[in-house]
Amino acid sequence: MSVSTYKIPIGPIHPSLAEPMTFNFEISGERIQSVDLAPGDNHRGIEFMGRNRNVVQIIYLAERICGICSASHPFAFCRAVENAAGIEVPPRAEYIRVIISELERIHSHILWAGIAAEELGFNSVLYLSWKVREEVLDLLEMLTGNRINYGMFMIGGVRRDILAEQVPKIRETLQYYKDAYQTLEDVFLKDPSIALRTKNVGIMTYEDALHLASVGPTARASGVKKDVRQDQPYSAYADMDIKAITPDIYSGEVNGDVYDRIIVRILEVFQSVQIIEYCINNLPEGEILSEPKIVKLLGTLKKAKGEGVGRHEAPRGEVIHYIKLNESENPEVWKARAPTYNNLMSWLPMLQMQEIADIPIVIASIDPCIGCMDRVTLVDPGSNKKQVLTREELVKLSIEKTRRMVR
Amino acid sequence: MKLDKYLDRSLWVFHLNTGSCNGCDIEIVALLTPRYDVERFGIKLVGSPKHADVLLVTGPVNRKMLPRLKLIYEQTPDPKAVIVVGTCGSSGGVFYDSYNIVGPVDKHIPVDVYVPGCPIRPEAIINGVLKAWLKLERLRGSSGVEIEKKIEEVNA
Ligand code: SF4
Repeated sequence: MSVSTYKIPIGPIHPSLAEPMTFNFEISGERIQSVDLAPGDNHRGIEFMGRNRNVVQIIYLAERICGICSASHPFAFCRAVENAAGIEVPPRAEYIRVIISELERIHSHILWAGIAAEELGFNSVLYLSWKVREEVLDLLEMLTGNRINYGMFMIGGVRRDILAEQVPKIRETLQYYKDAYQTLEDVFLKDPSIALRTKNVGIMTYEDALHLASVGPTARASGVKKDVRQDQPYSAYADMDIKAITPDIYSGEVNGDVYDRIIVRILEVFQSVQIIEYCINNLPEGEILSEPKIVKLLGTLKKAKGEGVGRHEAPRGEVIHYIKLNESENPEVWKARAPTYNNLMSWLPMLQMQEIADIPIVIASIDPCIGCMDRVTLVDPGSNKKQVLTREELVKLSIEKTRRMVR
Repeated sequence: MKLDKYLDRSLWVFHLNTGSCNGCDIEIVALLTPRYDVERFGIKLVGSPKHADVLLVTGPVNRKMLPRLKLIYEQTPDPKAVIVVGTCGSSGGVFYDSYNIVGPVDKHIPVDVYVPGCPIRPEAIINGVLKAWLKLERLRGSSGVEIEKKIEEVNA
């Protein structure tokens, strides 16, 4: 009897995320033989639009590459422009930038933890972690005026200052997260059923992580000590001693499985708390913008000529923006490379020979951000829809597996 | 609030992302979690348009998602209401001049409620769903006078 494989296309609506993305799985029995990705469902042509706008307008476009990374993209973009035009950022602004980015990391990682728990069927854990997350959103709203898409960044600084009367609230929130660490650790790292579902699932080896150029927590969970904040300190990070977090800090070993990715992200939340604390304690006095008059700033940028690169460690990994200014209103080239673009290929080794019921958690484990990634159109291999598994069916499979294992 | 008396069924919502920045989408998920908790009104996010009364559409509609948008609209059983969440779905927003954007949403499917904002606040989405509920009541045959009476009772 010959064993034949069959194909399951999943998506583009709701594979395991709120964003569209198409997967084609080749299945033999319960095991995945191979995976093919067909991205492009979220392509908006952002870099193209950027070429018709001036540099300050692009900041808001960069912010809307992805709502979750809405501090990381403008951060990298502003750094690229400052690099190209030779603009100095005042120290106080650098510290405020770092505070906002680290607050974003806290919200993003906790958001991810909740989603991952939901994929496993622990809805109560989703609610718990998103309840914890609301505190940092409140703080962000107080500091920037918005829960998402903060509008904080400006070429040469930030748009809003952190006032003395806001500092107690920041400290209060940091204390809240220090207290929440125990809860998160108990729920995610000490819970036997989460460990059962995530240990030895979706493994990516150290070598694969290097070959596929994975970035961020996905690479760090496989033992690659890679973090832009450590490797090429910039902004206020240069004043601190930041070390890349790998899972062996917590468990003493590196397996590169989904469990290790949870460890890295939970620990990074508390690394961020420490960074913000340092920034608050050492916030320098002074200006927050190198050129407060936007018209004058645009005039300078219009005369600028040159190329610039900006790198930043976003919650999902390294984000790079490249810009070329050529003495005109609009930039000549603008290119953004988001971390998910690198991490996408990590799915291939991770999903190999896994069970269908593990698809949701493995896909979620790299914390994909399709909005970030889909600025590049890739080839769409004619999706032959034979049988489409909806997210509901997939998550149901995943939940059933959890129940089986817990029993 | 005696909301459930008039909802002969609870409102079930299907969320469709047509190429948004994700900002509005995470606020939709935030709606389900303890701070806002719309499930106490019976509003539930479902995994298939065939189970939904309300379609929550985010994003400016790009070329690749357009056929899916139409398909999902057709798959949602009548009576239904369509809510566009976010500025980019209502008008194009920051993405208005791209080659790959064929939106806004109301160019392709009929829209009942617009929730503007970039991103919207979760409270605004709840308000939008309430407006959609009124529309569904009307479709189910309640007359204008009846609905007004019901609103008064709810507000009382
Ligand atoms: S309205 Fe704004 S925040 Fe919402 S999805 Fe569109 S671009 Fe993102």
